[in-house]
Amino acid sequence: MNPHRRALWCALWLLFASVALLLCGVGVGSTGFESVLRMWDEPVARQIVWDIRLPRTLGAWLAGALLGLAGAVAQGLFRNPLADPYLLGSASGAALGGAVAMALFGTSPLAAQWFTRLGVTGMAFIGAAGAVGLTLVLAKGVQHTLRLLLAGVIVGVVLGALRDLVELASPDILQSMQSFTLGTTSFVGWMACALMAAAWGVCSVLAWVLARALDGLTLGEATAASLGLPLAPMRVGLVAALALATGTAVAQTGLIAFVGLAAPHLVRSIVRVTHERHIVLSSLMGAVLLLAADILARWVLAPQELPVGVLTAALGGTYLLWLMHRRTSQSSAL
Amino acid sequence: MNSIAVSARQISASIGKHPILHGIDLQLPEARWTSIVGPNGAGKSTLLKVLAGLLPAQGDLALLGRPLHAIPARERALLLAWLGQNEGSADDLASYDVAMLGRLPHQPWLAPPAAADHAAVEQALRTTQAWDWRDRPLAQLSGGERQRVLLARALAVQARVLLMDEPLANLDPPHQTDWLHTVRALVAGGGTVVSVLHEVSIALQADDMVIMDAGRVVHHGACRDGATHAALEQVFGRRIQVRQIDGMWMALPRV
Repeated sequence: MNPHRRALWCALWLLFASVALLLCGVGVGSTGFESVLRMWDEPVARQIVWDIRLPRTLGAWLAGALLGLAGAVAQGLFRNPLADPYLLGSASGAALGGAVAMALFGTSPLAAQWFTRLGVTGMAFIGAAGAVGLTLVLAKGVQHTLRLLLAGVIVGVVLGALRDLVELASPDILQSMQSFTLGTTSFVGWMACALMAAAWGVCSVLAWVLARALDGLTLGEATAASLGLPLAPMRVGLVAALALATGTAVAQTGLIAFVGLAAPHLVRSIVRVTHERHIVLSSLMGAVLLLAADILARWVLAPQELPVGVLTAALGGTYLLWLMHRRTSQSSAL
Repeated sequence: MNSIAVSARQISASIGKHPILHGIDLQLPEARWTSIVGPNGAGKSTLLKVLAGLLPAQGDLALLGRPLHAIPARERALLLAWLGQNEGSADDLASYDVAMLGRLPHQPWLAPPAAADHAAVEQALRTTQAWDWRDRPLAQLSGGERQRVLLARALAVQARVLLMDEPLANLDPPHQTDWLHTVRALVAGGGTVVSVLHEVSIALQADDMVIMDAGRVVHHGACRDGATHAALEQVFGRRIQVRQIDGMWMALPRV
């Protein structure tokens, strides 16, 4: 089948899966599916479905879409299939930014005022952008895969330690930071959804406009430059999209690992297309992955629930190991 | 006499703190094929990158009579096409999409490819006989097949000047011959081709030859000229000899 037609089918399937999972997510919770059936007559049931389950389900979808987009941009920008918001340290930077914001404004993730949410998101964005910059400086560019990943891990550890210091200095944020570092969608309300939707819109447009730079870069730096692409400003734009997507997702849902890494890989295993389409598909794939993981996390130990970050870390870590094993065996076979 | 396509005056370049090129003067005429040869580490690839404006250098560069730095990047991309060696792999893109990247300088920002772009890509892929696997990603192709797609990408630009670094890498003998015909056709159509080549016998089929050693041009002359043959034998330490076979000049090992 023509790759473009295949990509269209893939997008339709992901949208279908999204709708199915959204319906499923609205039905899963400690009070069960009955709440949905009774929501028309009972105000409590309606509140559970409308103010808790729906924004949370939608929030998981949006956070996954942001992380999938960030992963696809990172892998294209750094020409490195193992790049992801987590491994590049940008998620740790975002979490540090979030912690600093909470310490300064004295808020918890539950805080519902617009400006504090915006403040936390803004700080997370700055943290994410700073962390990517730091990783790039330490790795002296993007050429060397191992150096880039090592630099990302080091930046992640150091910024994680700084976050611990911030927490120790202001113990009143400890409680809220704990759920933040575990990664959970349980604090996502309508406001967080609106923020993530806005960021997703901005990042999608930015990434779509700059997708040609990512295509050009697959041919190498020199060839991309020979095609007349203004690489420097395009790189800045793409790092901004990466940081905004990561920062916004982390500020609302905390640290959720591996969605950004796995989504573009899964898309590539289905269809290989230019970045214009690849970024959209990766974003949809990330959304489906995180929403599915979130529903699983709510359902496995019901009525208890698992932080979804724990689940994605366990599943995603296994996937990363398998991916590295496959790459090693492939390169030794050549 | 043809006008000058690529001109370099007093070019010096370094990679890191390592000086590679030392005061190079070169005038490459239009509508001719010039091959650049020399031993490993002579600075051939660096020179080609400098001529393409892809590596900063001291000195004056000109493309088709205009100072290179004064030509906007997009316009330069239309005038000059580049085929590098061992750069990106573009493994994840289909061959057709890779060749279409060569049309980027022709397309307005965000506009989808026009009919002319599709026609140019098809022609380029057919020229390098890569049309049959246009839907396959590069990751699934052999080294030679991949090289033919990358060559098609450079041809699809349809630039007046085409610079190629080791274009024959991984190509088998029949496709090396095809490449030779492609270059000849380009030059016959008024195009200018400059190629760095390790295959000295193929390089001898060009119009002109630039022989480099230790970051300097040691000889620049017509390929069928006796002085060029002597300089060629000299620069390779007399371990090759240039002989005429069936009317073609060939480089043979001296045993």
